[in-house]
Amino acid sequence: MPNNNVLIIGAGGAGLVAALHAKAKGANVRVISKEYPTRAQTCMAQGGINAALGNAGEDSVADHIANTLKSAHGIANEDAIKLLCSEAPNAVTWLDSIGVCFSRTQESKIAQRTLGGASAPRACYAQDYTGLKILHTLYDRCLAQNIEMLNERFLLEIHTHEKDNKSCVSGVSVLNIRSGEVEFYESSSVIIATGGYSRVYDKFSTNSKASTGDGVMVAMRAGARVSDMEFVQFHPTALKNSSILISESARGAGGYLLNSQGERFTNELAPRDEVSRAINDEMLKGEEIFLDIRHLGEEFIDEELPQERKLAKLYENLDPVNELIPIKPVAHYTMGGIEVDKNSQTCVEGLFAAGECANHRVHGANRLGGNSLLELIVFGKQAGESAAEYAFKNSDAIKNVNNSRVILELDKYTNEIDFYKIKESLGELFYKDVGISRDEKTLAQTLVKVESYIQDLPKMGVTDKSKSYNTNLIEFLEFKNTLELSRLILIAAISRQESRGAHFRSDYPNENEKFSMHTIIDKDGVVS
Amino acid sequence: MKISIQREEVISYELADADITLLSALNEIKHNQDNTLTYASGCRSGVCGSCSMRVNGKEVLACSYKVQDGDFIEPLKNVPLIRDLVVDMDKAYSFNAIAKAWQKSDSNGVMLSPENEKMNELQSDCILCGSCYSACPVYSVNSEFIGPFSLTRVWKYVSDKRESDEAEKIEIIQNNGIWDCTLCNECTLVCPQDISSKADIEKLRSKSAMAGYTDPNFANSFGGFGGPSFDGSPVF
Repeated sequence: MPNNNVLIIGAGGAGLVAALHAKAKGANVRVISKEYPTRAQTCMAQGGINAALGNAGEDSVADHIANTLKSAHGIANEDAIKLLCSEAPNAVTWLDSIGVCFSRTQESKIAQRTLGGASAPRACYAQDYTGLKILHTLYDRCLAQNIEMLNERFLLEIHTHEKDNKSCVSGVSVLNIRSGEVEFYESSSVIIATGGYSRVYDKFSTNSKASTGDGVMVAMRAGARVSDMEFVQFHPTALKNSSILISESARGAGGYLLNSQGERFTNELAPRDEVSRAINDEMLKGEEIFLDIRHLGEEFIDEELPQERKLAKLYENLDPVNELIPIKPVAHYTMGGIEVDKNSQTCVEGLFAAGECANHRVHGANRLGGNSLLELIVFGKQAGESAAEYAFKNSDAIKNVNNSRVILELDKYTNEIDFYKIKESLGELFYKDVGISRDEKTLAQTLVKVESYIQDLPKMGVTDKSKSYNTNLIEFLEFKNTLELSRLILIAAISRQESRGAHFRSDYPNENEKFSMHTIIDKDGVVS
Repeated sequence: MKISIQREEVISYELADADITLLSALNEIKHNQDNTLTYASGCRSGVCGSCSMRVNGKEVLACSYKVQDGDFIEPLKNVPLIRDLVVDMDKAYSFNAIAKAWQKSDSNGVMLSPENEKMNELQSDCILCGSCYSACPVYSVNSEFIGPFSLTRVWKYVSDKRESDEAEKIEIIQNNGIWDCTLCNECTLVCPQDISSKADIEKLRSKSAMAGYTDPNFANSFGGFGGPSFDGSPVF
């Protein structure tokens, strides 16, 4: 007998949207998160969510599709993009209907602004707190629906069983961070919504320290495939010292990028890959780069970009109303992720994925600003509904798991090498050699280095032997995931001997039709 | 510089003098001096609410506070301690559900003007860091008090034109809610997002009075009606 259980791992935007839609279909929903839901990466999204509403200037779904396709550089699924863009107005209307506090126009419509690569002001926003306000409203909605949310549990393994020669999901084991106990949750239908892996770049990333790609790596170990791992988006404007994000909306509103001579050197509103490369070229010439929003005026900055002013004051000790903001591009979003089909299902039956951890092939080689919050809503819904339908047809397979091999293995680790040092080196190495510009030689050298780190894992480990709330252990498990993901990024980046979108190879600076395809990797290496 | 941290016992750590956030200092200690130091963090930019703690008795976000020589770091108060600087937020968060701090039903075609949006723009900046519960003297003696951030959230939804049933929300907060607050303003002083739950509570009191509820503490039943509220945002 099916018991209609849907289990969701991850409680950011995608996870909570999936939960609401699975519940609306009649499923019993449980959400498990390694933090608390409102602490997810989604809260850091500032700029907005795209929908061709035409509230601030003429726009159309066709233009949204065209802009997204262009930015994807030929490796996107056109049907998926059509779905994303045509569902966008409904997605925003739904968010409005559940209480998201969007900024408004004088005509009482949802306000919209222009982000890079967009032909119209298309991003609906709530000051520069768009992600925060969306995430908290989704959380409130989940409370209203009485959805069970279990906090502070770290994903260890996805368990599967064979049925009719197919690999099917049985459930997951997690480490209860508070108690230190391994817990098993059975379900025939599981959604992974654990976010991206930009923290491979460690402190050269705008992301939360939690964006370690756990779900991507764990799903892969369970038999799922990943794709397009080489496409990592570098956001052009992070604060120089702290890598903290300054929203693209600052440039959308008319902000300039200047070099040390005070000269503009690029179109500030080109897609992020182009702007980041232009900045990188200047930096290689020895220039320092600044964001200039002084001419926007104090009133405008306080109304539209209040968070940016606060962040610049706190982390760079300067007031952008009167001063230039020193910036650098850092890793911001990972286009690659878990391969899914048109129902958001992976190649493991009953295992679904949505959000940044998944690759719905809508961003291709370079995501447009404002399309990631949109992706959470559109594909979160698809995953939630598909997982519910799957659960109605399949019963849970009872499987007893007493302990996790992930934890048991660690007992043998000798802790001779300090993994925090390796984590830092890996971030620096990746920023330098697997960053905005790459080439065969350095990629190959980095792969050798990463493989030696992987070899050395048993010589690493944890100092803290406490059971309760062992963050030393959690950080090591996260590091292990990022380290293994970094190998996949390298394999994919080496195999793509061309430049496309965010993947720029100085030894192959042009796009090559031959590589107009996705890089798909399974447990055994590159498949295609 | 030297800072001390309340763990099972107070432990002092030496750090190089630098213009850094407390969170950077904690990371420095954890990675280079003591791997067992335990604290929560996430976005490191003041928006996820993970790293709230107390410095010299006052609630701060570790990522938004510049550490000073001699600082004394403690976990939040009034919430169960898990380990070192990590506390269990489940109970505090449960007040959002108790207070039904959500929009009762989906709205359909309600148009909001910029003025309507301003009614709760600030309140919807809340990051649920819990600093206000830690600082609240009422919550410290009444563990059933629907505390500051939940009451702010109730005001957020009650003040929203899209809410179709404000009566139910106003009713719920009559007990262990708005009238238990002493208006001491501690919550306002510690909020990293400059939200004043005290002001929101006053506005909810006005709404309640209009709905026919009275202050069970007679002495407080005058005033609080009309006029600009504490934080200057409009009441109706």
